Amino acid sequence: MSTPRSQFLSDAQVATDDVAQRGFLRQALGGYYVSRDVQKARYRDWEQARDAAAMAKWNAVNRLDRTLTTFATNFERNGGKIHWARDSAEAREIISKICRDAGAKAIIKSKCMTTEEIHLNDALEAEGYGVVESDLGEFIQQLRKEPPFHFVFPCMHLKREAISELFTKHLGTAATDSPEELTMIARRHLRQLYVDADVGISGANFLVAETGQISITENEGNARLTCALPRVHIALAGIEKVIERLDDLAVLLPMLATAGAGQPMTCYNTLYAGPRQPGEPDGPSEFHVVLLDNKRTALLADPEQRDALHCIRCGACLNVCPIFKNIGGFAYGTTYQGPIGSVLTPHLRGLQQWNHLSGASSLCGACTEACPVRIDLHHHLLHNRRNAVLAHVSLFDRLFHGAFGWVIGRPKLFAFGGKVFRATLPLLKKLPLPYLSTWLKSRELPEAPKKSFRDEWKGSQS
Amino acid sequence: MKSAQETIMQRIREALRLPAAKPHLKSTAASGTPAKAGRPWLPDGGETPDARLTVLTENLIKLKAQLIRVADMSQASLALAELSRTKQWKRLAYHAHMDTQALIKHVGCETWQADAEFDKQKLESCDAGLTTCEAIVAQTGSIIVSSSTNGGRSLSILPHAHVVIARVDQVMGDLSDAFTFIQQRNSDHMPSMISFITGPSRTGDIERILVLGAHGPKELFLILVG
Amino acid sequence: MRVSLFIPCFVDQLTPRVGMASAQVLKRLGHEVEFRDAQTCCGQPSFNSGHWDVARAAALRALDVFKGAEVVVGPSASCVAMMKKFYPEILAGHPRLQEAQDLAARTFEFGEFLVRKLGITDVGATFAGKATYHDGCHGLRELGLKEEPRQLLRAVKGLTLLESEEAETCCGFGGMFSVKFPMISTAMAQVKCDALVRSGADIIVSSDPSCLLQIGGYLTREGKAIRTLHLSEVLANGS
Repeated sequence: MSTPRSQFLSDAQVATDDVAQRGFLRQALGGYYVSRDVQKARYRDWEQARDAAAMAKWNAVNRLDRTLTTFATNFERNGGKIHWARDSAEAREIISKICRDAGAKAIIKSKCMTTEEIHLNDALEAEGYGVVESDLGEFIQQLRKEPPFHFVFPCMHLKREAISELFTKHLGTAATDSPEELTMIARRHLRQLYVDADVGISGANFLVAETGQISITENEGNARLTCALPRVHIALAGIEKVIERLDDLAVLLPMLATAGAGQPMTCYNTLYAGPRQPGEPDGPSEFHVVLLDNKRTALLADPEQRDALHCIRCGACLNVCPIFKNIGGFAYGTTYQGPIGSVLTPHLRGLQQWNHLSGASSLCGACTEACPVRIDLHHHLLHNRRNAVLAHVSLFDRLFHGAFGWVIGRPKLFAFGGKVFRATLPLLKKLPLPYLSTWLKSRELPEAPKKSFRDEWKGSQS
Repeated sequence: MKSAQETIMQRIREALRLPAAKPHLKSTAASGTPAKAGRPWLPDGGETPDARLTVLTENLIKLKAQLIRVADMSQASLALAELSRTKQWKRLAYHAHMDTQALIKHVGCETWQADAEFDKQKLESCDAGLTTCEAIVAQTGSIIVSSSTNGGRSLSILPHAHVVIARVDQVMGDLSDAFTFIQQRNSDHMPSMISFITGPSRTGDIERILVLGAHGPKELFLILVG
Repeated sequence: MRVSLFIPCFVDQLTPRVGMASAQVLKRLGHEVEFRDAQTCCGQPSFNSGHWDVARAAALRALDVFKGAEVVVGPSASCVAMMKKFYPEILAGHPRLQEAQDLAARTFEFGEFLVRKLGITDVGATFAGKATYHDGCHGLRELGLKEEPRQLLRAVKGLTLLESEEAETCCGFGGMFSVKFPMISTAMAQVKCDALVRSGADIIVSSDPSCLLQIGGYLTREGKAIRTLHLSEVLANGS
């Protein structure tokens, strides 16, 4: 029976063995680094802009009771309906019911990781609805029956040949090696589906308390279409998505685009206040927002890691993470990959079962440096590790660290142990010792010197 | 039994009993809530009208949107006719507005007022959508359209090209200016949709290679009068 | 100034030359150097593994060991970061927190000490070769050292400093991570070392002996003839 940990170890082994695929990922991200740096240089002070973005989220999250209530009140004043979901099952049921009541048949979706988190598509399909993902990357992943590989770039692991084959198989189109032509195939295929859909489901990047609007960020225009053409619009959002003021978006929208995709601004940033209003020519007649807890309040209750709720899902931490770049997104086995996923998942799915993700980091801190809202990502991995140990320690770990602590508390014993270690190292290298033989599988150790530093120092002083 | 709303709100209030430290900030300048979030640190939108036009022009070029500067509405009308001819448009959709109606007089292709009889199937078949806009943001090159004044939700996204008619005095400096404007203009009631359009539709989903026209307009033209 | 050396446990046992070179440079600059031999390990392996009780005991020992030291200088950005940044964190609420904060303020990484504390960028060293500098993550991101080691290397006569791609990318060591997730650690070493080899340098210099253990260990196994040296070893040469 595989556990999340054993599955992770075997998937990471397979992924790291695939040198060509790792090179492909690095190459795909190469352009991102260049454009991100060009855009960052346009900021008059990127670091202070990060401060402002971090504070906008901090203020909203640390007053979540008020900001959320204000949002809900203002949203309903605009004519929309708010629904509250304590967990995934409740959110799925709310959304199913809206679709049933609307007599829906076809559902079009724009990109929304929160719907992945609650496994919405499976639930809706089980009830007989046709559900189509409209974001190009998500559409491709849906055809492949795979989850997103990266929560912002869902199919970045695929080469154009694979996508061409996929389209030939499912859509009957001729093979092509042109990304443009492949994009146009999806465009042509999806256009009629927007027109025919009864319900559009989206996420929300921000919930603006002050005005009761939701803000959706996207490049392709698929969310615009999803929220324009069907007669019912449902948006699913985590409760932490709320911000206090409309003006906070003046910082958050450009930071999201620059940090996540190296853009000055994402192509479409759209504020939705309600269903179609009197005097407006089109738009849905119903607008529902489903606010999801699903253990977010448990994370909120941890002041040390509460800032993980500041996350605006830009994906910057994945893009710079050497772990992500070497094992890819699938090995994580989570909805949210990369550093933020390794921080969040133990909270959302269980610390003991998912703590290996906190361990699977060299703590290099590239993620924390990249985060536009200053989440202390790599230190939270340390906090998760500590919390896991406080809750449960394996016998091996207890003995190992107990012995280690005992030895380093005794300088003479430490020096003697070191002497024995150095003298026997050639022999130790041949034994199947934990850790040492693992190291030696792919790396050498230097020859042990005759004298330790403390011996040499003593000699040099006399 | 408690409702989901009550349960969640109670969980939140309990969770917030313990205060969290503020983030590790570089400076204390942002630790309050300044009236204009982050304005001094973001990219510059230009202080004067001329500077704003320069910033806007540079941004639109980088975004692969096309800026057409004209002196007056009659020139604008000629520019649209020229576009329609070179792009071989067969049908152009527009919404009722003094400027759009003035513009389409000589366009030379079939025109259709989309907000009079909304028909999404017909709109999908249009080569271009012509709209006005609420404002333009120099800092980011964004064109702001609203569902109440610029032809609804679909007109600016469903046709294959989007043409915007605007006047130079609609160009604002930065996003903060735009949000202030939106709030003042709609203080009693927000339109159901306000969209910041920053260049033509695009995707990088295949090998992170930029392709224009993923689902929305492949081409974006801004005809700027004045 | 009277400098108390803070020698990482694995430098003590495996690469004592790094400690000797650090002492040599400091002495040559006219400082008095001492080594308090009650020191062992800073406790980082346990800290990183979540065993903060073990790390806390190590921190308290270090407070005793370095009591009264004017400045503490260590040739390892990683172990210095443990002392400077994480001791105060694990001793939060402890009666000796103030002591830990005082120690943090008096503790420096080797290159940091030369450039930031002493204001010296040219120690008068000579070294023939082409070097590239590897930014260890703790030095770069916990201590904010980027230009300092490069300033020191640029002043070395005969040495050409080359920049490598992926200079800021982690080498994959990460302490226990390197043996708990060896496949990821090794993949990271491969990416790092390929870039170092491409740089055309014949010496790889770093402020972190632990990174050099990983980089040197991988390069040797792959049969690549590039030397790895600690910053202090380059600066101790010549003059």
